[in-house]
Amino acid sequence: MSTAVEDTFGGAGRRTFAPSLPGIWRNGLFAAGTWFLAAALTYALPDVITWGATQLFAVLALAGAGIFLALSVTVHRLGGLGRTLVHYGPWFIVLGLWLAVWEVLTAKLGWLPKPFFSPPQGLLHVYVTDWDRLLICVAYTGRLWGLGFFSGVLVGFAGGVALGWSKRFAYWGMPLLKLIGPVPASAWIPCTFFIFPSTFHASIFLVALASGIPVAILTAAGVSQVNRSFYDVARTLGADNRFLIFKVAIPASLPNVFVGLFMGLYYSFAVLVVAEMLGAKFGLGWYLQFNTAYSAYANVYAALIVMALICAGLVRLLFVVRDRLLGWQKGIL
Amino acid sequence: MMALALAETAADSIALDVEGVSHRYELDGKDLQVLDDVSLAIAPGEFVALLGPSGCGKSTLLRLAAGLETPTAGKVLENGRPITTPNPDRILVFQDATLFPWRTVRGNVATGLEARGLVRERKHRIDEVLTLVKLEGFSDFYPHQLSGGMAQRAALARALVNDPKLLLLDEPFGKLDSLTRLRMQNELLDLWKSAGFTALLVTHDVEEALLLADCVIVLSDRPASIVAEVRVGQPHPRRRDDPNLVALRRSLLEKLGISHDV
Ligand SMILES: Nc1ncnc2c1ncn2[C@@H]1O[C@H](COP(=O)(O)OP(=O)(O)OP(=O)(O)O)[C@@H](O)[C@H]1O
Ligand SMILES: [Mg+2]
Repeated sequence: MSTAVEDTFGGAGRRTFAPSLPGIWRNGLFAAGTWFLAAALTYALPDVITWGATQLFAVLALAGAGIFLALSVTVHRLGGLGRTLVHYGPWFIVLGLWLAVWEVLTAKLGWLPKPFFSPPQGLLHVYVTDWDRLLICVAYTGRLWGLGFFSGVLVGFAGGVALGWSKRFAYWGMPLLKLIGPVPASAWIPCTFFIFPSTFHASIFLVALASGIPVAILTAAGVSQVNRSFYDVARTLGADNRFLIFKVAIPASLPNVFVGLFMGLYYSFAVLVVAEMLGAKFGLGWYLQFNTAYSAYANVYAALIVMALICAGLVRLLFVVRDRLLGWQKGIL
Repeated sequence: MMALALAETAADSIALDVEGVSHRYELDGKDLQVLDDVSLAIAPGEFVALLGPSGCGKSTLLRLAAGLETPTAGKVLENGRPITTPNPDRILVFQDATLFPWRTVRGNVATGLEARGLVRERKHRIDEVLTLVKLEGFSDFYPHQLSGGMAQRAALARALVNDPKLLLLDEPFGKLDSLTRLRMQNELLDLWKSAGFTALLVTHDVEEALLLADCVIVLSDRPASIVAEVRVGQPHPRRRDDPNLVALRRSLLEKLGISHDV
């Protein structure tokens, strides 16, 4: 067991350290080193101007260094999580370096123009002082995104299946879809104001449109490209139209649908800022615009990072769902 | 004994009559004549083999019998009634296995029962046919994890689980190694004897046709018309070195245009 674990974890580290130091995660040590460097530089050198959370950032970077130091000997006992950590070892090293360089160039030397580039402690300061507002913004954006994305995907998927399945639907629907598809979301704003009772509904519509259209196009393409012989086989086996749609056409086109879902996810995030321009009072997009207007770039970066993390998390989640549903594809792709 | 078994079950199988059937495909506005005035009568419970050069229209004839297409001219009749739509009583095993890649072997085999809402009632049949085609250990495999021959056997199982009255087979053993092929031929023969369905088998293999069928039909090059219809009187089990069969084989090969001794 322990040898097996070492085989998976040891990697390069074991080859050099094995005789004297068995089971040391070398990249963990290096990461501890770079993070310690970032902490030391932050603490030791003076800031060109005050940024707020300098001490806190030094402490956090030091804590990071300590965690990596501890992990470098214990990571082997952490099972799956440990394997993931080891996989990202080089990233942790570079991240520490990046923090050190960023720190020095902004806070310590002031080489990068000031209002546009904020040092790490500047962002940290935003999280420390403005976390409650950010949290409310995340909740508002989450509501808007959730309503928009899921309704868009639902309608897009159903419409895509209809377009791919029925010739008559395709005759009328496809040209419309191709016309609507490339129109940027902001171009819809005037007419959404006219159509929808409130700006909130209009915002939901924009998000739904951004996520629904790629899903519809790719679902339609997937359904119409299903190998005809699958239908022939199913029909000789006694399948009716319902079975052909739900048990043949949809599963066969699911790989395409997921491509559409990934595209829709990215587009929906891109359109959030625009959607929250429509008189929203909270939300990450609103937060971005508000702070850009006041040149509070640290707040902008802080919100951008939150947004990027949420988007990455959702993409990750979608991958998990896809792998669950499309396990049969493994080995084909 | 065998005749009795046949007589008992014959009521449950289908008489297939092809009357003056011609079929054309349209390709880029040009007509492609595939079948030319083909007529044949297959009695209930009979086993007929179709031989013919590649591309002559054998698969097309099976598609017509399955009801996937309607002939441009002529009639295809089951028990005297025209065939217009597919029906699970007549099952076609396609030339390529065409398994659904998103379903496991068991899921593929269950498709027909599922489509007709019979899964719960006939669950045992799924295990039976999987055992019959020696795939009982692979029921949870996905098609991409199967060999070509296994996929073909799974496709056969997917047809057999429906207890068809007419079984249309399009080179079902084409991808099997010669040993498995022999075994599957015997399994098919046993199954045909016990279940009593009508069978129409397309094959490239003259020996296979002679070992299995009551009647071997030879088709011409495209557009296919019937060149010869040969009755094989020999009782089962047949031996491939049986002098009668050897003579029949030679004459069939001649009719297929291969005159020298192969
Ligand atoms: N859907 C189709 N549309 C147009 N032409 C077709 C179609 N299906 C088959 N054909 C043509 O009909 C002819 C006969 O095809 P078929 O599949 O019946 O041949 P086959 O006898 O089964 O050949 P093989 O032994 O190689 O399987 C071929 O020339 C083929 O190109
Ligand atoms: Mg064929």
